[in-house]
Amino acid sequence: MSDQRPDAHQRSRTIDFALKAYLLLGYAFVFAPIAASFVFSFNSDRFPSIPLGSFSMDWYRAVATDPLVWEGLRNTLLVGTVVAIISTALGFGAAYTDYRYKFFGKQAYMALALLPPTIPVVILGLAMLAFLSRVDLAGNAFAVIISHVVICAPFAMALTRLRLSQMDASLEAAAWNLGASEWAAMRHVIIPFTAPAILGALFITAAVSFDEFAVAWFVSGLNETLPVKVLGFLQGQVSPRINAIGTFVFVTSMTLVIVAQVLLTGRGAKTEKAALEEE
Amino acid sequence: MQRDTLVAFDGVIKRFGSFVAVQKLDFEIRKGEFLAIMGSSGCGKTTTLRMLAGLEAPSEGSIRLAGKPINDLPTWKRDTPMVWQSLALFPFLNVIENVEFALKMRGVGKTERRQRAEKWLDRMQISEFASRNVAQLSGGQRQRVALARSLVVEPEILLLDEPLSALDAALKVRMQTVLKTLQRETGITFVYVTHSQSEAFSMADRVIIMSRGKIEQIGTPQEIYRTPKTRFVADFLGSSNIFTGDVVHADAATIGLSTPSGTFRLNAAAGGAVKTGQQATITVLDTKPALSLDRPAEGRNMLRAKVIGEEFVGATATIYLETAGGQEIRVQKSHAELSDLPVDIGQELYVSWSQDDGHLVSAA
Repeated sequence: MSDQRPDAHQRSRTIDFALKAYLLLGYAFVFAPIAASFVFSFNSDRFPSIPLGSFSMDWYRAVATDPLVWEGLRNTLLVGTVVAIISTALGFGAAYTDYRYKFFGKQAYMALALLPPTIPVVILGLAMLAFLSRVDLAGNAFAVIISHVVICAPFAMALTRLRLSQMDASLEAAAWNLGASEWAAMRHVIIPFTAPAILGALFITAAVSFDEFAVAWFVSGLNETLPVKVLGFLQGQVSPRINAIGTFVFVTSMTLVIVAQVLLTGRGAKTEKAALEEE
Repeated sequence: MQRDTLVAFDGVIKRFGSFVAVQKLDFEIRKGEFLAIMGSSGCGKTTTLRMLAGLEAPSEGSIRLAGKPINDLPTWKRDTPMVWQSLALFPFLNVIENVEFALKMRGVGKTERRQRAEKWLDRMQISEFASRNVAQLSGGQRQRVALARSLVVEPEILLLDEPLSALDAALKVRMQTVLKTLQRETGITFVYVTHSQSEAFSMADRVIIMSRGKIEQIGTPQEIYRTPKTRFVADFLGSSNIFTGDVVHADAATIGLSTPSGTFRLNAAAGGAVKTGQQATITVLDTKPALSLDRPAEGRNMLRAKVIGEEFVGATATIYLETAGGQEIRVQKSHAELSDLPVDIGQELYVSWSQDDGHLVSAA
C-alpha cells in the first residue's frame, strides 16, 4: 500500500497546501449561501445587508406564529414519514428480487427501477400531475406521497442492494439448511443483515421527500409541503422569514442524512475493524 | 455389508441448462461412516453434496435418506445440516446465538435451546467465547462454531463442503483430528467434500473419487491408493507410475505388456481380464520400485532411467527419473535406503519391481 500512496513527507508541501485550499474553496462555494441564510435568519434587519443589525429571533417567532407554516410543516412531516416507509419497503423488495432471482428481462427491470431519479423533476412533476389528475388523485397529500415514493424508492433500493452485495452468498442458504423456511430466513437473516441499510434508507428517503420541491409544487394543490410554501412566501415578498425556514429545513435534512450516514458506515466500519483485528 | 444404508443415490443426474454437472450417480452412504467425496473443481462433488442437502434438486433419479425419498423435501425440512466452505456464520448474531439458530427455527423453547447450545459449545471447547461476535474469533474457533451450529440438532448426517480450505496447514491437521474424533464419538455419518487427497485419506473410512460428473472409484483409502481402478484415479492421486502398452502375453498366471519403456509382467489376478493384442495400462505404486546401480536379478521388471530431480518431505524422498523414451518415473524412498546410492541429477539407475507390484487399470 505504502508504495502506491506516498507518505505525507514525500508529498510537496505546496501541492499539499493547494489541494487543501481547493477543497476548502469548494466547500465554501457550496455552503456560503446556506451560511449566509443562517446568519441573516438571526439578523434584525428587514433586508439582508452588511453591516449586520442586532441579533434577533424575530423571524423565527414570526414563522412559528404563522399557521400557514405549521400547516406546511405538518404536511411535510406526514408525507415524509409515509414516503420513507413505503419507498423503503418497495426499495427493499426490488433489491431482494435482484439479489435472489434470475429471470428473463431482469436487466430491463433493474433499469426501470433505477430510472426515476434521472428524469428531470419538472418533467416528472408535470407527468405526475397529468396522470394523477386523470385518476382523480391530484391536489392532495396522496398525490405528493405517490410522486415522492416514485422518486425515493430507487434510493432505498440502491442502499439495500449495496448491503446485500456485502452478504456472504451462502448465508441465506445456510439459514434454510438449518431449518429456516424462506419467510423465517427473511425475518431472521436477511432483514437483520440489511437492517443498517433499511434504517439508512428510511432517513435518506425522508430527507429527499422533505426537500423535494418541484414535483410537490405540481401535484400538491392546497396541501402544500413546506418547500412549496416557501416559494409562496418568496413570490409575495422577500422576507427574512424565508431564512428562518430555510435554516430549519436545512438543519432537519442534514440531521436525517447524517443519521443515515452514521447508520450505514458505522456498521460497515465495525465489520471492517473486526476483520482487521483478526489478521 | 456390515452397516445399514443411510443414504442411497439412485440414478441421480443433475443438469444446469445444457451442462451436465452430475451424470448418473449410483452409490450408498452407510450409517455412521466417514465418507469423503474427492475430485478437482467442477467434478460435481459439491453439486452432489448440495443435492443431498436439498439445495439443488436432481434433474433425474432419486435420493433416499433413511429409506424415504427426499427429492421433493425442501432443505429446511431435511435434517441434513451442512458446514459451508465460507462457514456462513451469521455476523449479526454472537457465538451462542449462532449455535442456537437451528433450534430456534425448530421452535425449541428458550431455556432448552440455551442448554443444548451450551453443551455443544462446551464439547467444541468454545464456551468462553459464547457471547463474542463471530468476527472476533480466529479461523479455528469459527470452524468450531460452524460445527457446533450444525451439530446442535444432533442430526444423523453432517455434510461438510471443504470446510478446512481457509485454514493454514498446521491448523488444518489439528482440525482433521478434531473432525475425526468428533465423528467417531458421535457416530454421526459425515460426508466430506474436498479436493485434498491428504484430508480425504487421513479422515475418511471410504472415499469416492469423482471426475466430470461421474464416480471413478469408491473404496477405502487403502484400496484406492494401492489399486487405483482407472487411469484417471492413478493420475489424480499422482502416487503411481503409469505405463500403457500392448498385451503381448496373457495366460492364467501372468500378463506381459510391451510398453515404450520396456516389457513388463504382472500377475493376471491384478485387475480385469485382457487378451493378447489389446491395449492396457498398468500402475506401479511409487513406493514399490527398487533403485540400483547394478543390473537387478533376472525375473524382475526393470528399466533404465536418469535422475532428473528429488524432493524431500519429512523422512521420505521422492526421486524423479526419466527414461530414454521420455517417460517420467517417480520412486519414493526413505533417507536410509538412499544413503549409499548416488542420486545426483543425471545419474543413470536401474528401476526394478516385482511382478506382484503391477496393477491393471481400465484406460477410461
